[in-house]
Amino acid sequence: MIALIIVLFVAGLYCILVTRNLMRVLIGLELLTKAVTLLLIVAGYATGRQALAQAIVITLIMIEVVVIAVMAGVILSIFRHTGSLDASNVKNLKG
Amino acid sequence: MILDKLLLISVVFAALWTVMTRSLLKAALGLAVTSALIAVILFRLDSPLAGVFELSVCAGLITAVFVSAISLMKPLTHKETIALSRARIKKYWPLPIIISAVILIFSASTVPTSIRVLPEAMEQNVQNVLWNSRSLDLFGQIVIVLAGVFGTVILFRESNKKP
Repeated sequence: MIALIIVLFVAGLYCILVTRNLMRVLIGLELLTKAVTLLLIVAGYATGRQALAQAIVITLIMIEVVVIAVMAGVILSIFRHTGSLDASNVKNLKG
Repeated sequence: MILDKLLLISVVFAALWTVMTRSLLKAALGLAVTSALIAVILFRLDSPLAGVFELSVCAGLITAVFVSAISLMKPLTHKETIALSRARIKKYWPLPIIISAVILIFSASTVPTSIRVLPEAMEQNVQNVLWNSRSLDLFGQIVIVLAGVFGTVILFRESNKKP
């Protein structure tokens, strides 16, 4: 189980570090969150505090959904503005 | 036991598929499959409520958001797809090797069960914890959901400016 958590974390981190596609960065972030969710539940299972772990995971999932929805909107706006999903296009942010 | 091992192997393959596949749509579907498999694991770890949330919200709602966002974007041309797939192979070939190494190193490590006591903590159910012990979390969740709703409304709002 610990190996699976680390695999998910490594896959998510690799996805974020290697790609320049903003949508894939979001998918990598989602994989990282999955690893954290699983880690919390496994920790709750190991200590016998499943109820507390589930309560924290529910909060985590709510935050995850909001982050994904808002980030998808931001990425869509960037795509409409630049015509591309490449992260290097948004290097020069002007205020 | 065999089912657990099958589940773990399936999650690893689904995560690899999600990261390495060429199409964004397939990546989003791979993420949904990963979420669904993780939900089954959560059920098997005596966390049914978290499993239900994972299945309905992560595998359902988030996939719908991803697919909607991807469908609003312009698809790549055939030439661009071929060029990108060549670049992707160069970028992603180390990932299966890294993941195999991680599995080899950490496959022997197990969840420690010696700390598993605390009978008073086990008696509590999720409803009690969520509504009594972690009630401030609920307030935070409401604020975050409202922030998300307003943020999404602002981001998806059509411009009123006339050309």
